[in-house]
Amino acid sequence: MKIRFAAALLPALIAFAYAGNAAAQIKVGVSVSATGPAASLGIPEKNTIALLPRTIAGKTVEYIVLDDATDPTTAVKNARKLVSEDKVDLLIGSTVTPNSLAMTDVAAESETPMISMAASASIIEPQDAKRRWVFKTPQNDSHMTTAIISHMADAGVKTVGFIGFNDAYGEGWYREISKLADTRKIKLVANERFARPDTSVTGQVLKIMSANPDAVLIAGSGTPAALPQKTLKERGYKGKIYQTHGVANNDFLRVCGKDCEGTWLPSGPILVAEQLPDSNPVKKSALAYKTAYEKAYGAGTVSTFGGHAWDAGVLLANAAPAALKAGQPGTVEFRRGLRDAIEHSKDVAGAHGIFNMSPTDHLGLDQRSRVMVQIVNGKWKLGGDAR
Amino acid sequence: MDLSIAAILAQDGITSGAIYALLALALVLVFSVTRVIFIPQGEFVAYGALTVAALQSNRFPHSATLLVALGVVCFIYEVAATLRSAELRHGAARSLPLAALKFLLFPAALYFATRAAAGMALPLVAQVALALAIVIPMGPMIYRLAFQPLAEASILVLLIVSVGTHFAMIGLGLVMFGAEGSRTTPFSDARIDIGSLAISGQSLVIVAASIILIVSLYLYFERTLSGKALRATAVNRLGARLVGIGTTQAGRLAFTLAAAMGALCGVLIAPLTTVYYDSGFLIGLKGFVGAIIGGLASYPIAAAGAVLVGLLESYSSFWASALKEVIVFTLIIPVLLWRSLTSKHVEEEEE
Repeated sequence: MKIRFAAALLPALIAFAYAGNAAAQIKVGVSVSATGPAASLGIPEKNTIALLPRTIAGKTVEYIVLDDATDPTTAVKNARKLVSEDKVDLLIGSTVTPNSLAMTDVAAESETPMISMAASASIIEPQDAKRRWVFKTPQNDSHMTTAIISHMADAGVKTVGFIGFNDAYGEGWYREISKLADTRKIKLVANERFARPDTSVTGQVLKIMSANPDAVLIAGSGTPAALPQKTLKERGYKGKIYQTHGVANNDFLRVCGKDCEGTWLPSGPILVAEQLPDSNPVKKSALAYKTAYEKAYGAGTVSTFGGHAWDAGVLLANAAPAALKAGQPGTVEFRRGLRDAIEHSKDVAGAHGIFNMSPTDHLGLDQRSRVMVQIVNGKWKLGGDAR
Repeated sequence: MDLSIAAILAQDGITSGAIYALLALALVLVFSVTRVIFIPQGEFVAYGALTVAALQSNRFPHSATLLVALGVVCFIYEVAATLRSAELRHGAARSLPLAALKFLLFPAALYFATRAAAGMALPLVAQVALALAIVIPMGPMIYRLAFQPLAEASILVLLIVSVGTHFAMIGLGLVMFGAEGSRTTPFSDARIDIGSLAISGQSLVIVAASIILIVSLYLYFERTLSGKALRATAVNRLGARLVGIGTTQAGRLAFTLAAAMGALCGVLIAPLTTVYYDSGFLIGLKGFVGAIIGGLASYPIAAAGAVLVGLLESYSSFWASALKEVIVFTLIIPVLLWRSLTSKHVEEEEE
């Protein structure tokens, strides 16, 4: 009996010994989609979290990473666990928009700042009592669509056919593109959708080609976006083809092969970091990320999606010293201070651009955060104008 | 929509329909013999396709590792089952070495052969043969692990186990092949022009392979003893056992055939489209719609239904591409309604 009592007491004593240290530790909870349909986005993000700094401003930083399998319910479950059991000071997540939107409620309730790695602007706009706790690092679709539309207008494109995913990504792109196309006098003549696992998009491509547009925009992400491109080339389409930043990874090049020659797409600068002119303000921070990632995971493995996780770490490192003045990690004062400090981030250079946040803009990226890239000889080539 | 577009869409629909038909037949086969609604059928498609893709890009396909792992677990099960039952223990001297050969030596040999082959540039036929050799034995092994112990359970229990197996296989697929998809080189780059219609050699290969497989399956069921034994088990399990047909062996055979058809489908569609670790599920599901049209009992109607699904998908992707999936899957509802109104209700307990 005595041994059992002592054995029961031992963990309590050890816990007391460590309790002092725990308060000095900044805890970051991460919910990432490392499995499921968004795995190709989530896996580089998860790998990047392993590269983030382990000490900031004299405090050790602990990262607790959970997988939500691209499922919003699991993302909310992870978020609740992180804020209530692990008492994290910052939430990073999730990889995709539906998950991030679902996690917003948990972040707002527990007064924990959250940095999302998902693309939709609706995560942070319009700013309200809940969204004031949420920030995001990926460029808005509007940054990318403006780049595409100006490129199209400069190239003399008058009619555009659209084919995109039949989910929020494709729908969001269609809405953005139709708004902008009107202003630049470009007409959208076809609006088709396809699903990620489809084995054929012949019907959609035939419909687009019968409208004979000058250019076709394919709004997909990852390697499925290669299917419409290959089908268009197979059917003899001769016009320009544009892709979105969702395909900015080397697996897409591998799957698309020769059929992707000459395609234009907007992308974060990290994709062509070495080709940027030295005067470009993002080059240094983008290369820093690329070197760190490729040192750990091999040459040529860097992905633009991992860059969003890196930028979350950069924002945290920038904001933590100011937040520490407001309170100790583990307290609600620290979390409020952290939120305020992130909101006032000025000229923070990340892998994707320079962040200048404000109470109305929880993204803070501008024109410097995207470039037009062309696929030449199976490689990414920076387009002429880096604006 | 003019005639040439309609013809192109028809060609496309028949090509996908041929794939779905093979899967529908596999599903009907497995259900009629073992009463398992084999949801992981699509995973065999993905495994087959991704194994060929890995071999073609000179990477080692980890499905070979999975085969070895499954073999080891199956062997342990076999040994445990043999030692536990007194009557099986008597024949252990003969059955255990046989089990070791099947479950340990064969997968290990295949693993080392794949290791050697992964670096070389094999001809397409050899790559396909190797991929099939790796994926097909997984069928009977999964039957042994997941379904054989539950052979007498109700259809609902078997369905739940099926769903569980599907999740496990999808997760393993992610671990083995990664999150991004792959394509393979086409079997033939030929294009035959009939008028304004260009028929690609690839579609001809797919349709021809499907027809050959369907005919061989028909001959197998009609002419060979084991085929007739499978049919007997499908009609009445208890009666088949009474006349000396081993239901376990029948189940194993059915799963082997299903895995073979699935893997072959995977090899056939890999040049057409990018296959992911999770894209097998949706393809299997469309085959399932075809199987439902056949009432999970009739092979010709299931095959015809699957071709109908392919055509419907092709035409609706032209007219209303955003609603394509909706239209294809809503097809199940009128079919089920019609079937439930016209067929007699059979109690499952009547064996």
